[in-house]
Amino acid sequence: MEAEPGSASMQTIPKAKDSTMSDRIFGVFGLLLAIFYIWAATIIKDSFMVDVVGPRAFPYMVGAVLGISSLYFIFRPDDEPAWPLFRDFAEIVFAAAVMLLYAWALPEVGFLISTVFATAYLTWRLGTKPLWSLVTGVLTSGGIYVVFHLILGLSLAKGPLGF
Amino acid sequence: MDILSLLGAGFEVALTPQNLFLALMGCFLGTLMGALPGLGPANGVAILIPIAFSLGLGPTPSLILLTSVYYGAMYGGRISSILLNIPGDEPAMMTCLDGYPMAKQGKAGEALSLSGVASFIGAFVATCGLVVLAPQLVKIALLFGPAEYFVLFTVAFATLGGITSTNQAKSAFAAALGLGIAMIGSDSQTGSQRFTFDHIHLYDGIDFLIAIVGLFALSEVFIFLEHHRSSIARKSETPKVGRILPDFKMILRCMPSIGRGTALGFFAGVLPGAGASLGSFLAYSLEKQSVDRAGDTFGKGDPRGVAAPEAGNNAASGGALVPMLALGVPGSGTTAVLLAVLLQLNITPGPLLFTKNPEVVWGLIAALFIGNFMLLAMNIPLVGLFTRVLMVPTRILMPVVAMISFVGIYSITGSTFDVMLMVGFGVAGWVLRKLEVPLVPVILGILLGNQMEVNLRRAMTISDGDWLTLVGSPLAIILWVIAITGFVLPMYFGRRVRARMESNRHE
Repeated sequence: MEAEPGSASMQTIPKAKDSTMSDRIFGVFGLLLAIFYIWAATIIKDSFMVDVVGPRAFPYMVGAVLGISSLYFIFRPDDEPAWPLFRDFAEIVFAAAVMLLYAWALPEVGFLISTVFATAYLTWRLGTKPLWSLVTGVLTSGGIYVVFHLILGLSLAKGPLGF
Repeated sequence: MDILSLLGAGFEVALTPQNLFLALMGCFLGTLMGALPGLGPANGVAILIPIAFSLGLGPTPSLILLTSVYYGAMYGGRISSILLNIPGDEPAMMTCLDGYPMAKQGKAGEALSLSGVASFIGAFVATCGLVVLAPQLVKIALLFGPAEYFVLFTVAFATLGGITSTNQAKSAFAAALGLGIAMIGSDSQTGSQRFTFDHIHLYDGIDFLIAIVGLFALSEVFIFLEHHRSSIARKSETPKVGRILPDFKMILRCMPSIGRGTALGFFAGVLPGAGASLGSFLAYSLEKQSVDRAGDTFGKGDPRGVAAPEAGNNAASGGALVPMLALGVPGSGTTAVLLAVLLQLNITPGPLLFTKNPEVVWGLIAALFIGNFMLLAMNIPLVGLFTRVLMVPTRILMPVVAMISFVGIYSITGSTFDVMLMVGFGVAGWVLRKLEVPLVPVILGILLGNQMEVNLRRAMTISDGDWLTLVGSPLAIILWVIAITGFVLPMYFGRRVRARMESNRHE
């Protein structure tokens, strides 16, 4: 039971100091968030109704837990996670940007058109050839439109062209 | 009232053509989602909630659809474990250990049918356990006042990280983050605006569905984008299934293993902070200890090593429904998502659900029994169909999943702001996962935050501002002890248990 050679002990070997930066940065960010949260709780306005505890007490407790756990990250950080290389990281940022653009485009150009391009982009970035990505985009967009809108009757975004 | 007559009424609800059809669809979709690596039961249910809701299904039909998805995903998780050595979801991790070696020996068909039967027995017995145990728990829960409920929610958060948690501060941070998000919007007691900064979109608070779909489903898409190169590499393997008919001799020989796995799994499911992953882990390690001390056959394709964890994880998923339905406090990610289903339908789970809406509870339980038989039928003869789904490359599948998530959220909110918020949650989910901050407490915090606060404030109003009311009854003190133990224990044992699970996996 006890002797599990290498597994448990190897993972807890402390690494070099600079390999714990992520958690520390995260802790500082969390602490700022906690301070902001508690400040935002102090400016909650009372309404005409009141109860014993008021609307601020629970947010204070939540903010305190946020702050204390963030302090723990700063002083007892975990090992560095495997962050992606810059290229993969850019990949994620671009994908998020495309999704935001998609959300903005939905009411502007309609569901069918915007979904073709959003799907095609994601499929392309996951390693499909550009032309096939476009085909996948068209099929996905059409397929979702038929199944969810025409058959199941969900309301999808309508553009100026009506679809 | 008699449990059997209640259950009979439940079957009347579940056996209508519409509900049978929904159960069938749910089982099918669930198995599909469980089989796909990366799309676990929580994701599957999360994506389908907005869709079920905007279809305008009533409470019982929606619940039947979505819990069938949940059970189906638990069955489906094993398929990719056995064929590809990639667990379809976390609880199916242990099934890889002996399932994949069996597949390599050309016995994939036997492994699949055996694990199908093991899943069936595990889930069936657990559903029976749910019938017996949930009403008993309801009797205890009826004694709870607001103060006890507040402590019960604390127990849920304290134990949610589970025994495998390696960093309790991160679980606490995640819970506080979720609770903090839940506070946004107008205060339910006094109507004051909180954390809205005069932003109209925030007046009603943040819809928990947006957070769930973003944190679970979209962050999965980002994880795939990050690792897309490695996912292309494994395309070359073609799973061969072989004979699909179950080998009855083998199943009979595995019966004791299935029995032990089921019992352990069920208890792991009911207990707070354990869940299906621990259920299958315990079932596997105990099985190894009891029948293969020398370590000769386990890990090399022993059918008992497939049967025990599969029975364990399916029994645990049934057991996890006990606290979710009876107390309204889920113990795992997927049951948290099921809680979201209930809340979305304006049903508050807990003891009152059993007395006020018995048709919902018992219709659901009856549907689970029926779904189990459907799943058994689907998973033995039709398993070949599901293995074919695994051939669809993820590079096509993931974008489709992302788009369906968008469709679901847009169709219920119809707002660009909410869709953008979901993307934000997706990115945040990715960062948190990288930093090993668990996402389930965040979700649970968003779901339970307001109820937790309401109970605290009610308790304080009753006691006229005396904070000692929170430790004012023996029941509350017992719950505090559970909460503190559940939070402190993993600090000592978490790393060890986690390391053992990992070392089993990488052997």
